[in-house]
Formats: sequence, C-alpha cells, structure tokens
Amino acid sequence: MNINMTLLGQTITFALFIWFTMKFVWPPIMNALHTRRTQIADGLAAAEKAQRDEELSRQKIAEILREAKTQAQEIMGQAEKRAAEIIDSAKSQAKTEAERIVTAARAEIEQNVQRAREQLRGQVATLAVAGASRVLKKEINAAANEDLLKDLVAQL
Amino acid sequence: MSSEQISSAQYITHHLTNWTYGQFPDGHWGFAQDGTQAMSMGFWAIHVDTMFWSISLGVIFLVLFRKAAKHATAGVPGGLQNFVEWVCEFVNTNVRGSFTAKNDMVAPMALTIFIWVFMMNFMDLLPVDWLPLAAGALGEHVFGVEPHHVYFKVVPSTDPNTTFGMSIAVFLLMMYYSVKVKGAAGFVGELTLHPFSSKNPALQIVFIPINFVLEFVSLIAKPLSLSLRLYGNMYAGEMIFILIALMYGGGWAMGVFGGFLQLGWAIFHILIITLQAFIFMTLAIVYMDMAHSVAEHH
Repeated sequence: MNINMTLLGQTITFALFIWFTMKFVWPPIMNALHTRRTQIADGLAAAEKAQRDEELSRQKIAEILREAKTQAQEIMGQAEKRAAEIIDSAKSQAKTEAERIVTAARAEIEQNVQRAREQLRGQVATLAVAGASRVLKKEINAAANEDLLKDLVAQL
Repeated sequence: MSSEQISSAQYITHHLTNWTYGQFPDGHWGFAQDGTQAMSMGFWAIHVDTMFWSISLGVIFLVLFRKAAKHATAGVPGGLQNFVEWVCEFVNTNVRGSFTAKNDMVAPMALTIFIWVFMMNFMDLLPVDWLPLAAGALGEHVFGVEPHHVYFKVVPSTDPNTTFGMSIAVFLLMMYYSVKVKGAAGFVGELTLHPFSSKNPALQIVFIPINFVLEFVSLIAKPLSLSLRLYGNMYAGEMIFILIALMYGGGWAMGVFGGFLQLGWAIFHILIITLQAFIFMTLAIVYMDMAHSVAEHH
C-alpha cells in the first residue's frame, strides 16, 4: 500500500496508452464504422430507389400494354375497314367486268342473230323465188321481179 | 492456500505485498525482501509486479485493438473486428451521451480506461495463488531466491498507485482543458464565484474564500473518489478471494465449502469488475464534460 514512483509510472503509462489509442486505434475503427454506416444507408436508399423504379416501370409497362392494345384494336379496325373496302371494290369491279362481258356477249349474239337473219333473208328470197317459179311452173324473170323480191325480203 | 509453515496473517500479508524495486535507506538499489523493507524505501521505489501486469495488459489491449483497427474495413467484419467495433460503439455511445463538447481525445481516453481497467480487474478472477506460486517457483529455481521473498501481486488495480496514477492523469487533463476552454480567469472564477455570489462587492469578497474552499474540495474530491472507488472495490474483492483461499487449508469440508464460495464470489465479481471499469470510464467522461462546459451555474 505504499505510494511511490509506481504512481508516476502508471500516470505516464496511462497517458501513453491514451495517446496510442487516440492516434492508432480509435480513428480507423470509427472510420470503418462510419463508412459502413454510409454504405448501409446508401444500400438502403438504393434498394428503396430500385423499388420505386420497379413500381414506375410496372406502371409504364401497364401503360405500354394498354397503348398496344388500343393500337392493335385500331389496326384491326383499319384492317377490317380496308378488307371491306377491298371486297367492295372487288365486287364493283366484278360487277363491271360481268356487265362488260354480258354486254359483249349480247352484242356478239346480236351480231350473230343479225348475220343469221341476213343469211336467212337471202335464202328465203331464193327459196321464195324457187317456190314461186315452181308454183307458176314458169320462169320468172328474176330481174323483173327484183323489186317484188326485195320487198318480200324486207318484210321478213 | 495456507501451509503449515506460514500463518494466515503471513499468507495474507504476502499476498498484499508488492514486488518492489527501489532505493534502500543506505542508498543502494535492489529488490525489497519484505513489506517493511519496501516501506522503508519511501517514494523512490517501484512496484515491478504492478508495472509488469498493467503494461502487459495494456499492450495486449493495444495490440489487439490496433490489429483490428489496421484491418478495419467497411465490409463484413470478422470476429475480432466485430468485438472491437462493438466495444468502440458502446464507448462512443456513452461519450456522446455524457460529453457535449467537441474533443477527439475523450472517446479514445474512455476506451483506454474501460478496456484497460477491465483487464486489470479481470486478473482478480484468476485463482489468487496461481501466478504468485508460479513466480515463487520461478524465483526459487531460476534466480535462486527464497520463494517467501518473491512477492507477486497480479491485480494492478488493487495497487493504489495504479488507480491514483490514472485519476491524476484524468485530473491533469481536466485542469488542462478547464484552463484551455475557459481561460485561466474563467477557471479561477468558476472556483471562487460559485455557489455564493452577491451584487454587493464587500459581501462578494467575503464569499470568495468560502466559495474557493467549497469548490476546491469538490474539485479534489473528483480524482480522489475516482481512484479510491476502484481501488477499494478491487482491494476488497481481492481480500475476499484471499480469505476464501485460506479455507482450503482447513480440512476437506472447509475446502469444498471454500470452493463453492470462490465460485460464487467470482461470478459476482464479474459484475463488479465490469461495473467498476464502466464507472471509472463514465465518471472520467463526465469530469471531462465539466471541464469543457463554460457557463455552469450551480
């Protein structure tokens, strides 16, 4: 229990220990703790931000989907309209074509009928003359009866 | 442990005597052979065991913490780093709670006090005879000294030199920062103008010496109570361990009873050594805070 130089020794030792702790122990540890705290805070903030971003992109996706759906519907409507148009135009074209063909056919028929009529007319005149001559049993002067025959042919 | 050769009183005295190196009254320097010789050396002596253990423990503390500090990263901490960080965080929380000014010295000081005092107190939990007997055997067989004359006190905080040394260091820091923060005049004013003050100059002159006596006593009481509290607790705890150890010499029944007592006291003592380290640290922080606070009115 003697108080002696140990007192001074302990005071100096203590002071040296404090100095060493203050210089070499405390700052690095506090630095590491501080850095870690910052890192954790940053990480948490980043996670929160990512969550927010995810929410945002989810909303964006929904919006894009909605837009795409509207667009698709629009396109489909347009396509339908276009198809109807095409069908309509095809129909009208076909009608015109059919009409044209019919008209052509009619004309041809008309022509043929006309031609046949002409032929028939000629033949009928000849037949009529032959028949008449046979009936009359005498030669008819064709030239003399020309006007009569022509009149007859025209009546046919 | 008491043997047939030595009495209980001798056993206790042996345990309470430091291994002292100093100047004998006749002028030559050497190791004291017993307590009376150590006493006769007066101030010019040094307790080798106290110095050895306190410095060894302090160096262990610093090496461990320095190792953790050197490899301290912000990444996932390892075992040692984790422990060191936990302790530092604990100390830092306490400093922030009690110390309001800004001083980068206070937290390292608190950490040093807490760990160092805890480690010195912890030596109390080692069975009281292990290290002294080992030292005795070493002295006898290696250095050829009479084992009874080898004194080896292993708990540095049961040496008042240690606790007073620390409290004097804290006191000097208090003085230094008081003068630095408040100025010499401010510090003198703090000592003389409280708690009694008067607008009347004549009355004020009467109050000054009264104030000074009161404030000076409370100032001196701080380092005194700081060191005596730690010393008293540790000394008493060590004493009880020694007394329990005496029972091992009293037959097997007493020995078994003593074993249980020692176990119980050691478990209880874990609380005391931690608490004392914590109290020393907290009070040192509070005293430093007082030294830094400028306008303090009682």
